[in-house]
Amino acid sequence: MEHPVLLLDFITHPLAHFMEKYFNLTDGNHLYHMTYMWFYMLLLVGISLIVVRKLKMVPGRSQNFLEVVIGGLKDFTVNTMGEDGLRFFPLIATLAIFILVANLGDIIPGFYSPTANINTNASMAIVVFLLTHIIGIKVHGIRYVKQFTGPIWWMAPIMIPIEIIGHLARPLSLTVRLFGNIFGEDLVLVIILVLAPFLIPMPVLALMIFTALIQTLVFTLLAMMYISGAMEEGH
Amino acid sequence: MKNVGLLFIAAAVFVLIGAPVIFASEGSVGPEVISYFKWIAIATGIGMGIATFGTGIGQGNGVRGACDGIARNPEASGKIITALMIGLAMIESLAIYALVIELILLYANPFLKYVVG
Repeated sequence: MEHPVLLLDFITHPLAHFMEKYFNLTDGNHLYHMTYMWFYMLLLVGISLIVVRKLKMVPGRSQNFLEVVIGGLKDFTVNTMGEDGLRFFPLIATLAIFILVANLGDIIPGFYSPTANINTNASMAIVVFLLTHIIGIKVHGIRYVKQFTGPIWWMAPIMIPIEIIGHLARPLSLTVRLFGNIFGEDLVLVIILVLAPFLIPMPVLALMIFTALIQTLVFTLLAMMYISGAMEEGH
Repeated sequence: MKNVGLLFIAAAVFVLIGAPVIFASEGSVGPEVISYFKWIAIATGIGMGIATFGTGIGQGNGVRGACDGIARNPEASGKIITALMIGLAMIESLAIYALVIELILLYANPFLKYVVG
């Protein structure tokens, strides 16, 4: 996999030299995932700080846009998780907005998406996985184990390994789904650009926008369903 | 027409067996790497084909259910399309799992260091 030509190379190349000289880290090729993740984080925090500085009762344009986004996410969360799902609204909204911005940024030439690296996706999936179990133990106490044993008590020795494997497959599937979709779209774009250059890959770009939106929706919805599934009372 | 099939199979066998001899004249990559990657290429193609086969059937069934639902109740088409999109993304991810295995085999092969040298 070659190193693409990116916009933030003026930060990444000196940083890679610095890490190689002083810390003996020779993996400078993968540093642009971190650079672009910090770029999107600073972009989102910067936009929020600029808009929050002047809140008005009758909102202006940028405040109106952010209110639509946050209000829509809040309605979506309440529809899926119920009223006490608002506890997790900061995490769900952060995941949704960050994944959406990162996925859409992949389409712009010269930008790169941190979600095309498996480490970013794995860290988000592990956060959701740990949160489901911690919330389950917090709400149910020791009776959380009853969710693993199934409906009939003497089928427990069969049900517990199956449930454990099913639970372990959740962060793996979240990671690989997002990584495969975004990295695969990247690869398809590169290959089609090699085959048919200039304006012919436009439908591939449209498909990339569609995939970015759908994958955000699926990741966020699955995270909400896992958390609410751990919180609910038994079957 | 049976002769055409036999001819095709004979040509394929000839290419597969004769490929190391033909390609070994290149100096850069050794013959054992080429013959390892010819099996990787066959496995990648067939594996991805099987994964896409099941995904196509599954997603087709999903779209059929969604079209039936919209036909019966056009007012609920918003919710039906939302559920359809989520279902399609979930089924698509099964083919994506196979794709990730192929990408690992092709680009980040863990057994390559035992084949080289």
